[in-house]
Amino acid sequence: MTTTRLMVRDLRTTFGSGASQVAAVQGVDLEIGAGETFVLLGESGSGKSVTARSILRLYDDSAKVEGSVVLGDQELVSLPESQMRSLRGRRIGMVPQDPTGALDPLRSIGSQLMEVLRVHGVASSKAEAKRRARELLSIVGIADPDRVVSSRPHQLSGGMRQRAVIAIAIACEPEVLIADEPTTALDVTVQAAVIELFRDLQEQMGMSLLMVTHDVGVAEELGGRVGVMYAGRLVETGPVSEVLSAPQHPYTRGLLASLPTPGVARGHLTVIQGRPPLTGEVTSGCAFAARCPMVQSSCRTSAPALVPVAPDRSAACPIVNTTSTASTAVTSEEMTA
Amino acid sequence: MTSIAVSGSESTQAVTHARRRGRRSLPWTVWVFGTVAGLMVLLGIFGPYISGDVTAGNLQDRLLGIGQQGHLLGTDGQGRDVLGRLVAGARPSMIAAIVPVLAAGAIGSAVGIAAGMAGQRVHSLIMRTLDVFYAFPAVLLAIAIAASLGNGTLNTVISLSIVLIPPIARIAETETMQLQGMDFMESARASGAGSVAIARRQILPNVLPALIVYCTTLVGLALVFAGGLSFLGLGVAPPNPEWGQMINEQRQYMFTNPTIALIPAVVIFAASLVFNLLGDGLRDALDIRRSTR
Amino acid sequence: MSTDGPVLVRTAEAAPDPAPSPLLEAQGISKTFGNGVRAVSNVNLSVAAGETLGIVGESGCGKSTTAKMLLRLMLPDEGRVFFDGVDVQRLRGKPLKELRRRLQVVPQNPQTSLNPRLTLHDSLAFNLRAHGYTAPDRKQRIPNLLDRVGLDPSYAQRYPHQMSGGQLQRAAIARALSTEPDLVVCDEAVSALDKSVQAQVLNLLAELQRDLGIAYVFISHDLAVVEHISDRVAVMYLGHVVEEARADDLWSDARHPYTATLLSSTPGVGHSRIVLDGELPSPANPPSGCGFRTRCPLATDACAEEWPLLTVREKSHYASCVHDDPVPLLQAALTA
Repeated sequence: MTTTRLMVRDLRTTFGSGASQVAAVQGVDLEIGAGETFVLLGESGSGKSVTARSILRLYDDSAKVEGSVVLGDQELVSLPESQMRSLRGRRIGMVPQDPTGALDPLRSIGSQLMEVLRVHGVASSKAEAKRRARELLSIVGIADPDRVVSSRPHQLSGGMRQRAVIAIAIACEPEVLIADEPTTALDVTVQAAVIELFRDLQEQMGMSLLMVTHDVGVAEELGGRVGVMYAGRLVETGPVSEVLSAPQHPYTRGLLASLPTPGVARGHLTVIQGRPPLTGEVTSGCAFAARCPMVQSSCRTSAPALVPVAPDRSAACPIVNTTSTASTAVTSEEMTA
Repeated sequence: MTSIAVSGSESTQAVTHARRRGRRSLPWTVWVFGTVAGLMVLLGIFGPYISGDVTAGNLQDRLLGIGQQGHLLGTDGQGRDVLGRLVAGARPSMIAAIVPVLAAGAIGSAVGIAAGMAGQRVHSLIMRTLDVFYAFPAVLLAIAIAASLGNGTLNTVISLSIVLIPPIARIAETETMQLQGMDFMESARASGAGSVAIARRQILPNVLPALIVYCTTLVGLALVFAGGLSFLGLGVAPPNPEWGQMINEQRQYMFTNPTIALIPAVVIFAASLVFNLLGDGLRDALDIRRSTR
Repeated sequence: MSTDGPVLVRTAEAAPDPAPSPLLEAQGISKTFGNGVRAVSNVNLSVAAGETLGIVGESGCGKSTTAKMLLRLMLPDEGRVFFDGVDVQRLRGKPLKELRRRLQVVPQNPQTSLNPRLTLHDSLAFNLRAHGYTAPDRKQRIPNLLDRVGLDPSYAQRYPHQMSGGQLQRAAIARALSTEPDLVVCDEAVSALDKSVQAQVLNLLAELQRDLGIAYVFISHDLAVVEHISDRVAVMYLGHVVEEARADDLWSDARHPYTATLLSSTPGVGHSRIVLDGELPSPANPPSGCGFRTRCPLATDACAEEWPLLTVREKSHYASCVHDDPVPLLQAALTA
């Protein structure tokens, strides 16, 4: 068992206050070992981006983040901002969704890279920073780093910008890289190359990767483990290939069945009726109850817990896993004892 | 660092969702300043009837101080009641402030929207013509036009209308251009509707909020301009009262009885401020309510 | 500059199934923008009544520009667009209005596809009014339209910001249907929706086609979606159509390396992703010859000379590649 790099326990994020509070994340647990990949899969409003940003403490005081996020042996939730700032970039890197917004339009890529290197003390001199910046650009697959180093963001294509942003994120060789929908703004053929880049970087640098995405294809491509999020909670976890081939939660099943793969007759896509809930819209009972084809009355009263249903697999639906309820009941009893 | 206001993300959705649950009333600024502005307009309509004839006064009662002999704000150099003249003078001031904005608003928005919808050449033609007017400082332009037209409220209204058309047109044009890139405009064009219908029913509802806010603040500006024109003798001719003209007339007493010259100035300033703050409030009111972000 | 392939070559022995004359047809259309960017080059497309033509491609491929030309929102520099046999460029006045009634569009972004300041009712009424439907008429039709697309008629009083993405797209579809069109261009109509909502809207579109006999031109960058909903698919790259075939044939027997690459990115299909080197070339500065050669593992010297003609490979299946059957070669080249 590899060492755990990032451990998240009962992460809860709430926006606003009083009557208009919105619970965007309602208790997320996950663990990523050294060099492992965890894909956080979900649609809009599921809370996946909020989870990633909460881990990085990117919200100001208007959001309340509770629970525990442990990086190595360092608890992050209660860390003072000044210390958190030195951690960001150095020990945890972030690749945001929109590369254009993440780059300063007035400065060259090289200068932005060099700034990161020098602020975190990775490079001690300007010359060294420059050399390392060029190196990083070629590591991320940019064919002519010399040109890109002196280019400004608007002079590069979308794919190049995203690679530049990835270069900045990995500049200090962080232990964990968090990528928030990094391929959504890219063309499909470029996406494939960027996903492969993430995999290569992991191999080369032994980084752990937390990838947030709504694209099942990206999850499939990356491999590792996946956590399916719905309405602020994890509804299913497990190895990507197993979850995608044999989903154990009605939502995951519905989601996969609704993808237009060949062989499905036109007009007969399996549909999850209704719509995904708005962030924080559902607060009691199972969030999926309103749309679930297998719903029972018990579902609306108590939110099912995420329980193991097989080795290394968990799901939050007692109905799907009736055969394992007996064993899971025992296991949870044992665990609380 | 990144804060919540990153558009398109789930967190924005969360905050907007939270915020939307608790709105639905007009901001207090709209109520307060709207009422005051409304009162001023009423004063403009009924003022002369309330004040009576204030064109002539009793020379024996001239230059009385505040509160003396029943004159709440004293009397001016000709013995006329200052308060009475302020009330009567509200009409030309309000007319000169509001009518040009309405007229320029109608003409300017039509010109601006037309420019925004037109092809490149017509658009350039219109905008560059407006730029010519823009090149002159507004005050000088107003003075020049008023001077060439002569005295009177009507001429003041005309000159201010002309001066206000270019900025309003520019706002309308900018808003229209922004809309052109949106998907629903493409649908509108594909629907087969004529340009006028598109301008009226698709563009105008979007342009109107920005225009309303802008025009409200322009009323304050027009008020000051009108006062300035009258001060220079280009507006309402004596003995009819008008706020700016009152300042001019009583200037000579600035060092002996400063209040009679300063009071009209304060009134102009206060009235202009009321409209500006009303515009601020309207901006908030029209923004949050209809925000789609 | 590259020489572009001339007109589509359809040989006698592979003549398409005898079909009625197409409802919408583009013949050799091209468009070059003011800054020299050749957005669309010599594209031929046709859609028969009641069927769906899918157009798939990534950014810079020219699909949006093509859509605009099909809708007569933009006029081609070369070539012609015919609707029901009539050259649309020639239409003015009443006949043009009639075209607009029969040819509608559903745009991409649900957040901006409806006027944010108008209620749903007003947005729909606008289209109806443009074609002379009276107020009582409108009052009667609008609730029916909303119901048809699965929206409660009470939504007519809502503003766009009070509706979700899926609901907005349904509303946009209702608006497109309001004038009883013969053909609707869906320009990335489901791309901005969540996958679970996307499925609902796709089913709705299919249902409407079944019930009302509407033809679609369905444009998207998502090949899985396009193939699902289309009868025929055209794949575009850098302003050219590089492959065109029946949807099933495209899936099982792709004849262009680019098509194969797009196919490989579909999840759940089992084959491994084909990863290309390099970036999408900018349309402002395309490579000479075949635009795909800079990323194609099978590029030869001949590829740099001119963009290959779009030629027949199988029945109703056209591709523009120097290799007759590149996909097996591609897989071999990548595993090597």
